[in-house]
Amino acid sequence: MKGTLSAQLIRKLILVVLAYAIVQLLISVNIINDYLQATLTTICINIILAVSLNLITGFTGQFSLGHAGFMSIGAYTCALIILKNPTTYNFLLGTLLGALLAALVGFLVGLPTLRLRGDYLAIATLGMAEIIKIMFINMDKITNGPRGLSGIPRFVNWTWLFIFTVGTVLLIRNFLKSSHGRACIAIREDEIAAETMGINITWYKVLAFVIGAFCAGIAGALYASYFYFIKPDIFGFLKSVDILVMVVLGGMGSISGSILAAILLAVISTLLQSFSEIRMILYALILIIIMIFRPQGLLGSREISLSAFNRLGKFFAFEKEAK
Amino acid sequence: MEQLLQQIVNGISLGSIYALIALGYTMVYGIIKLINFAHCDIYMIGAYVGYVCMAKLGLGFFPSLLASMLVCTLLGVAIEKIAYKPLRNATRIAALITAIGVSLFLEYTTMFFATANVRTYPPMTGFMAKTFKMGNVVISAQQILIAIITIILMVLLQLIVKKTRIGKAMRAVSLDKDAAELMGINADSTISFTFALGSALAGAAGILVGVYYNSINPLMGVLPGLKAFVAAVFGGIGIIPGAMLGGYLIGIIETFVAGFGYSMYRDAVVFAILILILILRPAGLLGKNTGEKV
Repeated sequence: MKGTLSAQLIRKLILVVLAYAIVQLLISVNIINDYLQATLTTICINIILAVSLNLITGFTGQFSLGHAGFMSIGAYTCALIILKNPTTYNFLLGTLLGALLAALVGFLVGLPTLRLRGDYLAIATLGMAEIIKIMFINMDKITNGPRGLSGIPRFVNWTWLFIFTVGTVLLIRNFLKSSHGRACIAIREDEIAAETMGINITWYKVLAFVIGAFCAGIAGALYASYFYFIKPDIFGFLKSVDILVMVVLGGMGSISGSILAAILLAVISTLLQSFSEIRMILYALILIIIMIFRPQGLLGSREISLSAFNRLGKFFAFEKEAK
Repeated sequence: MEQLLQQIVNGISLGSIYALIALGYTMVYGIIKLINFAHCDIYMIGAYVGYVCMAKLGLGFFPSLLASMLVCTLLGVAIEKIAYKPLRNATRIAALITAIGVSLFLEYTTMFFATANVRTYPPMTGFMAKTFKMGNVVISAQQILIAIITIILMVLLQLIVKKTRIGKAMRAVSLDKDAAELMGINADSTISFTFALGSALAGAAGILVGVYYNSINPLMGVLPGLKAFVAAVFGGIGIIPGAMLGGYLIGIIETFVAGFGYSMYRDAVVFAILILILILRPAGLLGKNTGEKV
């Protein structure tokens, strides 16, 4: 039993390293040019954001509309640190500090507001994100107000992106496989029943919220250090909605679904770039149509895994034999 | 003292607008438990219809008011039928995302046809351009108009909800949809009627804002929409007098914060109030705490 498990682990590890190596190769021979690289970065950041929000909304069932607020804390913290002292070491320090600060704010906001249910929590988190945005606009001396910070040195490359993205996905996946994760899922299914079974619901809700905020902080730091420029408006209500849309589109409670949706939306928005005038109209229409015809999202709560590919492989092999 | 009075006058004008929008939010939430994010864009469309009527067609204020209320009513009902009705039994989050989708659709379609530029309403003439002075407190005719129209609409709304058959049906459906249907109430048409009422009020708010602030743009609805929702929660969501009270209070608080020189923080204060009220009294000022059934 143990042997097969580690064999599976090794196979997964090889796949991950292969994915990294192939993209690295494509970048070095310039098949993935600067333009595609920007899309790639957007995809990775979107994955981090979507997976971390899925932990809060999809798995723990706490409806948050303020994820962009946490992202902005990470972005500003990291940007301010590397603007002062641009070294790779400081970039990592900034990312860590940004994520920790976002987690701290998540803790402070989460503790009182997570008592609220459903829509009320959504509105409270939305209000929180707006307050964070207004704070950044008004802290003129530090954050340069609504004009934002520009000329942030770029430290993010494919290697860092890959490490942080895979790290986040693994962190959240392993969290969900642990007893803590199962407690979170129990809270989503039935709060009262979970409480009766002795689960400390406030603790687990706040824990999920803090981990989600931490990851959003990382995503923000990566964003700041890749795109040179941040301003408070980037992290507004629309960004939070964007992240939530990825989670719902991919399927609430499906990590692979969030990853799929993050990739899909980044590709769609790149493709629609040439129709900038009707881009948002099309985006809105796609949103409405998907929600009407597939309200559970693309994958529902299922996961795509390696074994699914194995089954697919076996299925095709079987077809060949039959012929 | 005079400054205080002046702020109250300004606050009541702003609060009237919030109250009118908040009524739509609160009625829709009361009946189908949906935060209708598209509501704030119906208000924006109302402002644009008013603009077309007054600036392009040269109609007077009152015909324009009726026109924009009518267009918004139709739009509200159409949105309900096309986008929300298929999702009646879906999860709340799916309905919410649809509402956000409709909201984005309205905003950017307007932006496509009317461009993102700010439009200005034609200057008021006659009585509408007058201002009255009481001591040092200045009241413009527009402020009086806003207050009077808002009060008339609210009284009408209360009469509809309290005295008519359809109003009774609305109250019944919001209390218990299934039981109401068993009693022979057509829940679908009642829900449509609720959207119609809310949208008409939003349309009126739109044109009043156009007349009062004189400038409109396709994204003008977003922030007032959020604040009106805060107002609805403040007063107790699903409760019609609560929305009115919440609207006026939020309007007055906001003008006070701006009036004392913290205008940059006025939005933050409104959202801070929201979070406080949600933590301290989630049922809202006029709401009753209801126990949870297992």
